[in-house]
Amino acid sequence: MNLSNLVFGVYPYIALTTFFVGSLIRFDREQYTWKADSSQIFEKEQLQKGSILFHIGVLALFMGHFAGLVTPHSWFLSMGVSDMMHQVVAISAGAAFGSLCMMGGVILWKRRMFHPRVRANSRFMDLFILNWILVTLGIGLLTIPVSIYHAFNGDTSTMIALADWAQATLSLNADASILDEIGFIYKLHLFLGMSVFFLFPFSRLVHVWSMPLGYMFRPYQIVRTKFVKQR
Amino acid sequence: MKVRANFSLVMNLDKCIGCHTCSVTCKNVWTNRKGVEYAWFNNVETKPGIGYPKNWEDQEMWNGGWVLENGKLQLKSGSRRNILKNIFMNPNMPTIDDYYEPFTYDYATLQNSELVEATPTARPRSLIDGSRMEKIEWGPNWEDDLGGKFKHRSVDVNFSEMEKQIYGEFEQTFMMYLPRMCNHCVNPACVAACPSGSLYKREEDGIVLVDQDKCRSWRMCISACPYKKMFYNWESGKAEKCTGCYPRVESGLPTVCSESCVGRIRYNGIMLYDADRIEELASVENDQDLYQAQLDLFLDPNDPEVIKQAKEDGIPESWMDAARKSPIRKLIVDWKVAFPLHPEFRTLPMVWYVPPLSPVQSQIDQGNLSTMADGAIPSIETLRLPMKYLANMFTAGDEKPIVAALKRMIAMRSFYRSKNVEGITDLAVLEEVGLTEDQVNDMYRYMAIANHEDRFVIPTSHEELRQEDFHSFQGQNGFSFGNDGCSISENASLFPDKRKKTADNLEFVRYHPAAKRSDGEKA
Repeated sequence: MNLSNLVFGVYPYIALTTFFVGSLIRFDREQYTWKADSSQIFEKEQLQKGSILFHIGVLALFMGHFAGLVTPHSWFLSMGVSDMMHQVVAISAGAAFGSLCMMGGVILWKRRMFHPRVRANSRFMDLFILNWILVTLGIGLLTIPVSIYHAFNGDTSTMIALADWAQATLSLNADASILDEIGFIYKLHLFLGMSVFFLFPFSRLVHVWSMPLGYMFRPYQIVRTKFVKQR
Repeated sequence: MKVRANFSLVMNLDKCIGCHTCSVTCKNVWTNRKGVEYAWFNNVETKPGIGYPKNWEDQEMWNGGWVLENGKLQLKSGSRRNILKNIFMNPNMPTIDDYYEPFTYDYATLQNSELVEATPTARPRSLIDGSRMEKIEWGPNWEDDLGGKFKHRSVDVNFSEMEKQIYGEFEQTFMMYLPRMCNHCVNPACVAACPSGSLYKREEDGIVLVDQDKCRSWRMCISACPYKKMFYNWESGKAEKCTGCYPRVESGLPTVCSESCVGRIRYNGIMLYDADRIEELASVENDQDLYQAQLDLFLDPNDPEVIKQAKEDGIPESWMDAARKSPIRKLIVDWKVAFPLHPEFRTLPMVWYVPPLSPVQSQIDQGNLSTMADGAIPSIETLRLPMKYLANMFTAGDEKPIVAALKRMIAMRSFYRSKNVEGITDLAVLEEVGLTEDQVNDMYRYMAIANHEDRFVIPTSHEELRQEDFHSFQGQNGFSFGNDGCSISENASLFPDKRKKTADNLEFVRYHPAAKRSDGEKA
């Protein structure tokens, strides 16, 4: 087994399994640790600037990556989206939301590193995961000039290869050789990105699972009775 | 009609001496932990003053509580959509400096110092990052006994519609103590604002609690509570609040703040209310009608209709009995001497206050102030506290009910003085304020003598009514086999920790057929 096979054939499954099973175990056994872990009580102004940008950016990036990588090639074609159109949209949306996310992320990073109270209140993992995400994001942004160069030469093969690899991996047919031809910077971004999933259950990121959309539909008041069925 | 019982308090401010014993006992029991050292579930403020956290009463600043939006109740912090929109950054949340930076002192230097000429000092240190604090700028009770400049405390919103400048003059100064805690509201804004639904009100006794396992630190409750009695534990990242000392209350004991109160100002008891009318009555248009609206919400435990419905809603007989004997009911409904704190926040709070009298005895003795006919008890015009100030605090600005209450309290004093000093039964003084002799005797017993058994009428929580075989429940509340609080659902867990094939007492516990409670979550 060569390195490429390990990183793009095996590691995706390690990362995804850790992501899902790890989240499930933590949710099951460690509810008390399941939280966004807000530090707003210590600092508000920088958070306002950073957090909103970062969250909008990171959520849009996740959804963009998901839609772009997982939607089958044939669906795009049947919707009349040519590969070049797809690539242009991916580049521009990625650049836009990537920059928002980066601006927010840098503000949050500065805050977490240098605001004495926030720094003192930070766990190792809080700093580590933020740094990791920012590096992943930075490398992701660096792929954009390369992709633009590809686009100018009418070359969509890298994008197609990435989507094919993602779909092959998700359908349990991982084939690292699909990625043989793509540039190193894409591979680096892939590795860093997969690692975010790997680190997810061990970090504060788990709060994403608890996005409280149900709040929109529940009555304002909640009354609980002690009359509950025992296990 | 749906009858519910609410564990409630009244605090008789006329007797509060501002000793902070309530705060200290509460802190020692509930918030002597990391992350909440800045939090005081119970605190005592000197009014006028901006309080703790700074300017908590100013909802233009904090957007707490409820407002009417086209006649419909809505959180002042915005619609549900708005609240979710602010989830990345809550613009209304106080930061630690709005409370105060928690600190300790370098006590060890006092013992470890070498022999020196000057006494060694223990300098303060931040309890957040451990750094040296050159100067302590603010604390939980910085304004104690009117500490600080009038200019600073004059932003107190209770001065609204008042010519406040004259109260800055020494001769016109007034002050009072205001002990504050969670109001265990009937229409709690904290519960309504919690995106993850971790906050809830208990159906049996109305105590509002946070489900620590369900809290996701979205921190909307902290800003939604207009009394700022929701706290963020920065160590655990969870919301914490006054628990109403429920383990004590369930056993029929008063809360620790009440039990330890030196001035005997606190009353604990049950109030019945109609859960079907909460929204209607919390939405009355005029702020000044909210005091009356909440009085209308309460149910009379002697009314046959209420008794019948209460039975159907599963209120135990002992609770009905406690509701009839409730000192809270006497003070609030029978004598109308107690008021809710800031009813205009529309949360229908269940901690009410008897406003303070404020005579200046030495001035009366010198004959400088007008008195009642007895020549000793001051008349209401001579009270130092401006009625408008009290009204802004307790009735959204309506002075009439406050004046009526204070007149009743003065009449009680005058009546008892005549009786004990001069041996005269002066019924005229009572007629004027619409009290009977029996009533005033009761008032005297509850407000002046205030024996333990009169102040605290707390029914126990009746485990035996919930379970058919309550003896088998014994021992189930202590040590568990670990990880009891957390699992995906009550029936499933990734790692079953119970041996399924051995017998478990709890499996045989059946619920009492009479214990009819609506199951699960309800509006």
